[in-house]
Amino acid sequence: MTSERNSALGYRGLDASAHPPYACPLYGSTARRAPQHAPIRVPQGLSERTAPIHEPNGFPPGDTDLTTNAGTGVTALGQRILVGGRVLDEQGRAVPNTLLEVWQCNAAGRYHHAQDVHDAPLDPNFTGSGRLFTDDSGRYQFTTIRPGAYPWRNSANAWRPAHIHFSLFGPAFVTRLITQMYFEGDPLLQLDGIYMSVPEGARERLVARYDHETTRPHFGLSYRFDIVLRGRAETPFEGS
Amino acid sequence: MSRPSGSGSSGGSLGQTPAQTLGPFFHQGLVPAEDELAGPVLVTAHTPGRRLRLEGHVYDGGGVAIPDALLEIWQADHEGRYAHPLDARRGASDGGFTGFGRAATDVQGAYAFDTILPGPVRDPEGRLQAPHLNLIVGARGMARLAFGRVYFEAEEPDARALLDTDPVLARVPRERQRTLIARLSEPTATGLVYQLDIHLQGAQETVFFEF
Repeated sequence: MTSERNSALGYRGLDASAHPPYACPLYGSTARRAPQHAPIRVPQGLSERTAPIHEPNGFPPGDTDLTTNAGTGVTALGQRILVGGRVLDEQGRAVPNTLLEVWQCNAAGRYHHAQDVHDAPLDPNFTGSGRLFTDDSGRYQFTTIRPGAYPWRNSANAWRPAHIHFSLFGPAFVTRLITQMYFEGDPLLQLDGIYMSVPEGARERLVARYDHETTRPHFGLSYRFDIVLRGRAETPFEGS
Repeated sequence: MSRPSGSGSSGGSLGQTPAQTLGPFFHQGLVPAEDELAGPVLVTAHTPGRRLRLEGHVYDGGGVAIPDALLEIWQADHEGRYAHPLDARRGASDGGFTGFGRAATDVQGAYAFDTILPGPVRDPEGRLQAPHLNLIVGARGMARLAFGRVYFEAEEPDARALLDTDPVLARVPRERQRTLIARLSEPTATGLVYQLDIHLQGAQETVFFEF
């Protein structure tokens, strides 16, 4: 028990200046879905410091290429891009061998989903989802199609900026994160209620940058998106 | 900019990546059909422990059951051991039980998990906690995930005593504790059935935690 405590004091708290509040006036559907009570603080025990462990060998190797993983033998339509970066904690330590789940709409702005009724074509060769793992130094990369923008009902003329959804657990139940990655230079960002609900100074962390160094000649443009999860607590009190 | 920048809160710190809603179209990404990673059934015919079904609905503040919520559970096995290297008791764990499940609500806003009753787990002070599932709730209209727990109503005196002394429940105002405790309903041929509705808002708002 003692060595376990020394090796894992727990994790730093959620930084309120980095995350959107549950209730966001700019994001209309939070009005009826945002919890009204403040969350109750609970110390981090085994329940909070553990998380499901996923092994890379349980997943199909081709799942890092969303342009082909529909399995139809035909490549998806759209502008092929690479997306990559590192998953780190607040102290800059790599989060290795962790599962990333990504999903997105197709190049025309339509999801492979029965409830998406946007009048844009489906691509039978694109499901828009993939699973991949960071390597020993926390790096990841996948190939996909640049997603389109699409309209939604947040206001009379609301459009979601192009984005890719990311889901990851990291090392613990408390480091679980679901987020969205956007693209540098998108004029829709300043008009988007979901993006703008993130506090100023933090929202820019969601914007991937064009990365010429990792752009593959005659293949695809590359975008860099680093993800930072809650770091280790330095004292027992920080994590309780 | 995607390169992490200092948050200025404590020394040598990168800023946390902000959370965003999972939106209405997460199913293909997180709960595809016949998933090898995690579904609503955590057990096989060989999983030791007392079988239970946990079911309920997820409601918004208008009392409407919502058809696009995601629930995740993370739990210990029947002896209270997590399938994770931090759990020193894990060595004896049976193979196969990962303790992780996912369910999306259906068009009626209903969810169900088939799992086992976890054994009690100790808290950081070494005190025994009542059997619980760790719960994550996400949905369109939730700007970030909410974290909770599911406890189980108990009739046996020993199990009731654990609920009465649970150190996490003790932090919850008494009148809100019932939002965390699944009610035992009619048992079926296959095992116990517990019922717990999740209310994102309203008079019965579910208690959520931060850590």
